[in-house]
Amino acid sequence: MSLRRWSITLLAALVALVTIAPLIWMVSVSLMARGEAAQFPPPLWPASPTLENYRLLFGSFGVGRFLFNSILISTLATGLALLFTIPAGYAFAKLRFKGRDATFRLLVAALVVPGQIGMLPLFLELKAMGLVNSYAGALVPWLAGIFGIFLVRQYCLSIPDEMLEAARIDGASEGQILRRIVLPILTPIIVTLTLYVFLSSWNDFMWPLIILADQDLYTLPVALAANSRQNVQDYEIMMAGAVVTTLPVLILFLALQRYYLSGLLTGSVKG
Amino acid sequence: MSAVGRASETRAGWAMSSPALAAILLFFVLPAIASLFLSFTDFDIYALADIGNLRFVGFQNYERLLENPLFWKAMTNTLLFVAIGTPFIVALSLFAAMLVNSRWLAWRPVWRVALFAPYVTTLVATAVVWRYLLHTRYGLLNYLLSFFGVPPIDWLGSPTASLPAILIFAGWKTFGYNMIIFLAALQTVPRELDEAARIDGAGWFMRLRHVTLPAIAPTVLLVSVLTVAGMFQLFAEPYVMTQGGPAQSTVTILYFMYEEGFKWWNLGSGAAVAFLLFLCILAVTLVQLRLAKRSGAI
Repeated sequence: MSLRRWSITLLAALVALVTIAPLIWMVSVSLMARGEAAQFPPPLWPASPTLENYRLLFGSFGVGRFLFNSILISTLATGLALLFTIPAGYAFAKLRFKGRDATFRLLVAALVVPGQIGMLPLFLELKAMGLVNSYAGALVPWLAGIFGIFLVRQYCLSIPDEMLEAARIDGASEGQILRRIVLPILTPIIVTLTLYVFLSSWNDFMWPLIILADQDLYTLPVALAANSRQNVQDYEIMMAGAVVTTLPVLILFLALQRYYLSGLLTGSVKG
Repeated sequence: MSAVGRASETRAGWAMSSPALAAILLFFVLPAIASLFLSFTDFDIYALADIGNLRFVGFQNYERLLENPLFWKAMTNTLLFVAIGTPFIVALSLFAAMLVNSRWLAWRPVWRVALFAPYVTTLVATAVVWRYLLHTRYGLLNYLLSFFGVPPIDWLGSPTASLPAILIFAGWKTFGYNMIIFLAALQTVPRELDEAARIDGAGWFMRLRHVTLPAIAPTVLLVSVLTVAGMFQLFAEPYVMTQGGPAQSTVTILYFMYEEGFKWWNLGSGAAVAFLLFLCILAVTLVQLRLAKRSGAI
């Protein structure tokens, strides 16, 4: 390897190390004994690593309940989002129907409107529907994912029309074409979309904070924020809570990052 | 294609898109429009209890907001976040993208994933981690700075340091996403162009300015627009790290809207804040697009 190759790679390694240092530090502190982290200089590694913080977290703090809520809400959000956006994305790309282009233009325009604009009326709307403080209320924003429709549409555009036409001539219904021909082709983008919605709904904070009042329904981020306001000094416990909140999505991302990163590019940049 | 085929396609088209469209209409479009109407009413805790107490008040909410010092504080803070944060984050992302795109780099995918990792982590969790990293006495950051002779900085406790502190965190959290977008754009820049400039004796900075940047100008604009929108939507950061403090130095527009709406239950006034926030984002985006058009970037 040339000197140039070495120095550039070393620089990248350094930048990467600085970037993930907070995450390593988070894990390290979560394994320290109570009170160990409140020292100067801050210890880099636990003197004798212990899982005591996690035991406490799942025991007296009842984190299992929040973990369950997060898994349930994110899984349902992902399933429902796929159910709603895949057929729509396919229809906007491949089915010629009256009003399609005008509707799609409206969707494009709606993209510039941030979701927080309607949060207060949405809260009132769900209150009228009796969905405040329920799992269903937390799921509602994920049904209306315009970005997902775009992603699926973009990908569907590359499916050759002749293939769909041939199936039609063979007598397949539009529903059958979607299930038997289009869905298998869409596999990579479905993985991307699944990961995208799961990560976003898992990491979401503001909406669950607003709609979930009952502590039993809290998701991990909401519970963590509430606890971190009360127990500011318990660094080790807080770091363990952060690990439990972060680790599932980080593992999921690492396992499927190839699909995720390439899928993001399909959605964001048009070459 | 036969007329029958057309009709069935139309039916299928609407059947497949209408569930999503209905959800978008019901849970996105309708609330957004209702926000505007809500902002002209005095919807508060009394109207929440009995809708009969609701009154139409015209522009009163807006007038009150413009007289509210905390609203202006939130506005100023948010604009500061936009003005300082956007160039900082865009530059950081571009630097990372160019580093990861370098042809002399070994094990490229490893670095790409490592730099992207913060983006997929949970904002609240990492905000808790960073609140600790930024701790005046026990934080790692001040410890590292002490090697350079920098006295301890009260990152989250002093009104002048709190904004940079949140920006460092926000930059760390989001640069990976922008990096990926830049990376895609950089890969479309012809290597020969860069090579020719190098042979002509252009240094690294000259090539960045005259070859790379012009070629990726539309992407710089896209990333700036996304970053501006992100800066306008800062909420969890101040909520978890500073609770808007110290001395209200990190109260953002969205944080203000949340407190107005869900802490004090002034939903009418909160909706007015939301609508002003929308106008701000729209205005900044339109200005950026116009500037880009004039300079020929898009």
